Parts: sequence; C-alpha cells; structure tokens
Amino acid sequence: MEDNGHISKRKFMEELRRYQKGSVTRRHFLGVTGLGTATAVLGAAVPGLRPRPAFAQDIGDRVVLATWPNYHDTANFDAFTDATGAFVQVNVFGSNEEMLAKLQAGGSGWDVFVPTNYTITTYVGEDLIEPLDVSKLPNYDPAAFDPRFADAGTVDGTLYAVPKNWGTTGFAVNTAHDGGTPLATWKDFFDRTKTDFSGRTMVHDYQLTTIGNALKYFGYSFNSVDPAELADAEKLLIEVKPHLFAISSDYQPAMRSGDAWLTMCWTGDGKQMNSDMPEIAYVLGREGGEIWSDYYAIPKGAPHREAAYALINHMLDPAVNAREVLAHGYPVADANTNALLPAEILNDPILYPAQELLDALEFGAAATLTDPNRAELLARFKSA
Amino acid sequence: MTRQERNWLLVAPAGAWFLVMLVLPLSVVLVFSFGERGPAGGYVPAFTLEQYANLPARLTAFKNTLILAPLGTLAALLIAYPLAYQLAVRTDPKWKTILLVLVIVPFWTSILIRSYAWIFILGGRGLPALLEAIGIEGVRLIYTPLAVTIGIVYGYLPLMVFPIYVALDRLDKRLLEASSDLGARPFRTFLQVTLPLSIPGVATGCLLVFILLMGEFLIPALLGGGKVFFVGNALVDLFLQSRNWAFGSAVAFTLIVIMLVTVTIYMRLIARLRLGRDDAQIM
Repeated sequence: MEDNGHISKRKFMEELRRYQKGSVTRRHFLGVTGLGTATAVLGAAVPGLRPRPAFAQDIGDRVVLATWPNYHDTANFDAFTDATGAFVQVNVFGSNEEMLAKLQAGGSGWDVFVPTNYTITTYVGEDLIEPLDVSKLPNYDPAAFDPRFADAGTVDGTLYAVPKNWGTTGFAVNTAHDGGTPLATWKDFFDRTKTDFSGRTMVHDYQLTTIGNALKYFGYSFNSVDPAELADAEKLLIEVKPHLFAISSDYQPAMRSGDAWLTMCWTGDGKQMNSDMPEIAYVLGREGGEIWSDYYAIPKGAPHREAAYALINHMLDPAVNAREVLAHGYPVADANTNALLPAEILNDPILYPAQELLDALEFGAAATLTDPNRAELLARFKSA
Repeated sequence: MTRQERNWLLVAPAGAWFLVMLVLPLSVVLVFSFGERGPAGGYVPAFTLEQYANLPARLTAFKNTLILAPLGTLAALLIAYPLAYQLAVRTDPKWKTILLVLVIVPFWTSILIRSYAWIFILGGRGLPALLEAIGIEGVRLIYTPLAVTIGIVYGYLPLMVFPIYVALDRLDKRLLEASSDLGARPFRTFLQVTLPLSIPGVATGCLLVFILLMGEFLIPALLGGGKVFFVGNALVDLFLQSRNWAFGSAVAFTLIVIMLVTVTIYMRLIARLRLGRDDAQIM
C-alpha cells in the first residue's frame, strides 16, 4: 500500500476478514487500514517526533495544561513548541469542582492548571499546589497587575498563582425576542423566564453561579450559605425549572441556533456571541453577581515542572497575552498587555463594564465552592 | 506438576483479573460508603450509616432510573425485533453481511460524538424546522424526555439487534414450513414458533440494554439538557462536582444492590418461562 494513501472499502473489508480469521496480526491490520496511525496520533506521540530546536535548557518534550473551553489562541502554543520543543497537551474542564476532584484523586499528570480565585486557598489547604519560584518567571511583573485580580494568587504571603484573565458572570439575551422591553436585572431574568421567555432560558449546570444569581434575585449575597436565604433561592429555582430550556454550561450552540433566547453567561462567551450575532446582548444584573479572576498555577508533583514554568512565562509575555485576549475576549489585569490592545477592545462594554455595574459584583468565596448544602440544593433542583 | 496444580495455574490469570478489577474496586466503594465527606470534599475514614440514611435525597434519581431503564429497554426491543427479524429471516443471504455491518458501523464512532450530533438533529434548525416546512409548527424535541428516549434507542439498538438476530438466524426454517403445512396462518406461526424460539435472544438483549441503561448518564445530560436526572447523573455530580465521595459510594452501592436484585428476579422469570415451554413440549 502506498504511503498515506486511503484504503478502498473493498480492501478494508478484505483486511478486516483476514484479521478476523487470524491470518494477519492486529498490528498489520491497524497498519494497512490507517487505524494504527490515527491511534498513534491520538496517543500524543507526535511531540517526540518533532525536530527539537535549541533551547537554553532542556525542558522535556511536553507540557500538560488543564484549562477551560474557548480560552486560548492555539497559535501561541505552536509558538511555544517552536521555541522550546515542548508540545502543549491541552485538557479542557467544565468546572473548578471537576478540576479539584481530579487533583484530589491524584495522578492527574498536569503541569499547569487554571484555577479560579475562590479555589486557591482550598488547593493550599489540601497541599495540592506548588509555591511559585518567581525567578523562573521573568515575564511576571507584579506591579503591572491590578491587585483586585492578582491578590488571590498569594496565600499567607506565599505566591501560588499568577493572574490569567478576569471576567464577570451576567446573562446573554437575544434582544430580537424581548418585545422592546430590555432585561436589566436578575429579577427580570427569572421573572421573564416564567413569562415571555418561557422554554427559552438556560442556567448553568454549576451551583456557584446558578444558586448565586438566584440569591441576587432577592438581593442576598452571591456567596450566601445562610439556610433561610438558600431556601428562598431553591424555591425560585424549582418554580422556574418547568420554564427552562436546559440546565447546561454549554449554552453557545443553543443561543446561536435560536433555540434558546436567554442564558447565564460568562464574559468571553458573551463577547464571542455578540461579535457574530449583534442581537445577542451581554447584560450584568443590576443587583450584582459574580466577578472572578483565573490564574496560572502548578500542581504539586507536576511531571514536567521546568516546562510548566516555561509555559507560564511564555503566556505572561504581554505580546502573547494580547493575542490571547483578541482570540477569547476575556480582559486581563496586566497594564503591559493592555498597552498593546486596540482601543475598541479596551472600550468594549462587555469586557470592561461600567464602574457602577462592576462595584455591585462580588468575588466568589472558597466557602461557597465547598459548601455541601449548596451542592445538595443543586441536586434537588436538577432532579425536581 | 499435578493436574490440579495445572488447573489452578490456568485459572490464576482470570482470578487475578477478578480480584484487581472487580473485588478490590467494589471493596473500596463499600468502605467509602461508610465514611464521611472531608471539609473540602473527598473522603474521610469513619464508620457511619449517615450516607445510607441520606439516600432519600436522591430518591427522584432512583425513581427516574427505575422508570427509564425498563421503558428504554422495551422501546429498543420493539424497534430492534422487526429489524432483526427482517435481517435473519427475510433478507437474501448475500445482503446479510452488508446490512449487519451497517448496524455496527455507528459503533466505530464514540457515543459522545453521536449523541452530540443528535443535539443538532433534534435542535430548532433540525427536524423541527423540517416539520415546520410541511406545516407542523411549534414542535420542540431537544432537551425533552422524548429526546432522551430517542437517544437511548439509537445508542443501544445494536446491542438489542444482535442477540435477537443470532437467535432467529439459528431458527430451523423447516419448522415454519411445518407450521404452515399444519394450517397455521403466518401470524400464528410467528406467535407459536418464531417468537418462543427467539426468547433466549430477546432475554439476552434486554439484559444487556437494561444493565447499561441503569448506569446511563451521558444521553440524559446531553439530550435531556440536564433537566432529566438519573442515578448516573447524580453519581457524576457527587464525584466530580460536590466531591462527596462517601455519599457517592453509598449511592453507587445501592444501585449495584438494586441491579443484583432486579437481574436475579429477571433471570428466574426467564428460566421459569423456558421450563414452562419444555413441559408443553412433553405434553
């Protein structure tokens, strides 16, 4: 068979028969049909085959990054591989709880992960996160970062994480369906889900934001763990459940296809949808809600520690970071990066909302993430 | 080496496999189910029945599962049987292999990707848009219990088709002729000859689909839009979201016990059914 050529259907069936009858080995079968190559590619064997350019220090052939969906410009990873010879293997996660669960279970194999502000003290308490050696991060310029989005990286005077991006949790609404009456508050969000948006609303499959925003309906704190306040939020959520289109954090496809008209939404998703479909607006509930910041950190026992430092340092390079922002639409807290960004990004009300809207927002708290009562509440809501 | 020693040696790999892959993990689940959740999640050793006492908190998930699993199995059976019958009894032998391969082909792609494809087929721009074009408006399919049922039947169909196909394929076609010669109409032949002889295949297919459905979580999560909540989904949330491993283990162990009981009852019923038929033959 010729190299890289496609195999005909007939030939494939013949080879399958031969393999089934045992006249050829499994290796031969996988080889001639191309299934073996596909498997090998998936097995991440590629980095080892790539030419290794000269780099001051040998950092190994790969670095494993655990991060969030739609959160990077892959060209930046390619540039990193070209410069260092280390391939960036990306694992995408759906929630901080899921990340924490994987690290608690052990043997994650990650070198770099992207925790959100409210999880870092938990990682420190559970001894799952490595203190950072700043001398290995020459691109990290603490003075350039807005402390509001950098403080959570330092616990008891030790630096564990450096800021990646920050953002807000609001809602996205398809204004073609609001009947001329815009939505501005979390009260609007839930009340209109029961009326003109019935069957068209999505909420996150995430206790922190779904319960937090239901708490804001009543004007309570986003982080409340008070049983009476949680009971109010639960009553509201169970009331709106029959009117929901879905409980899912994967809301972009349904919003884009027009199946859903209203959804809880993070900054970057709001920006990405609004750029393609201007009728989808991103709104911060006037009562408040969540503001958050994500960080780069290294888990205890990272298999490729030097590569982890090299990758974080690469991503903190303002030129690289600016390309990241243009790709994913989440703001950064780094003045050096902002200096490189075009004015229309810096003036974009989705990325940089008005100060009075920002002032009403709260950072999620560690206790909110680990509170067992909130977890049980979400389970009751989902099974109701 | 004595004969007995050799036998033990031959059984050793299978024994080691069962120990490492079945007995040990199950023991871990059992031990964890008597423990407690740590302050930041995970597992703290303890000996308490608290997790089992808390089981009613997942009652709805158990109820949903115990309704869905039999219904899903039945739906898959009703669709798979005519297909298997057509393939085994009515199809020209030279087409059989191709048609059988067509039944397997979807298995070459991950169930995750195939279920995701259904999101677009059942979504507003898929089937509902087609129905609207022919004048049927306002049909909503995606993220409904019906979507979950469609996904389940689609996903599990081959598992039901194959055992039934094998049973029907082995059926001695002369029996059908004999039945016809003795004056039975086709429907009666089906009821009295074909159906009883295919029962072993039906029983195996139902068992395979039922057991897998009891632990299903992907299809309800993707096609049910998170609103249809089964024990599988409760387990995913308990281990990956709230990290309550102790309670998760109790739920998992309870599911295992429920499955053991239902499957045992099911096997007894099937065995009795066969026994009854043997008696009839003797008479």
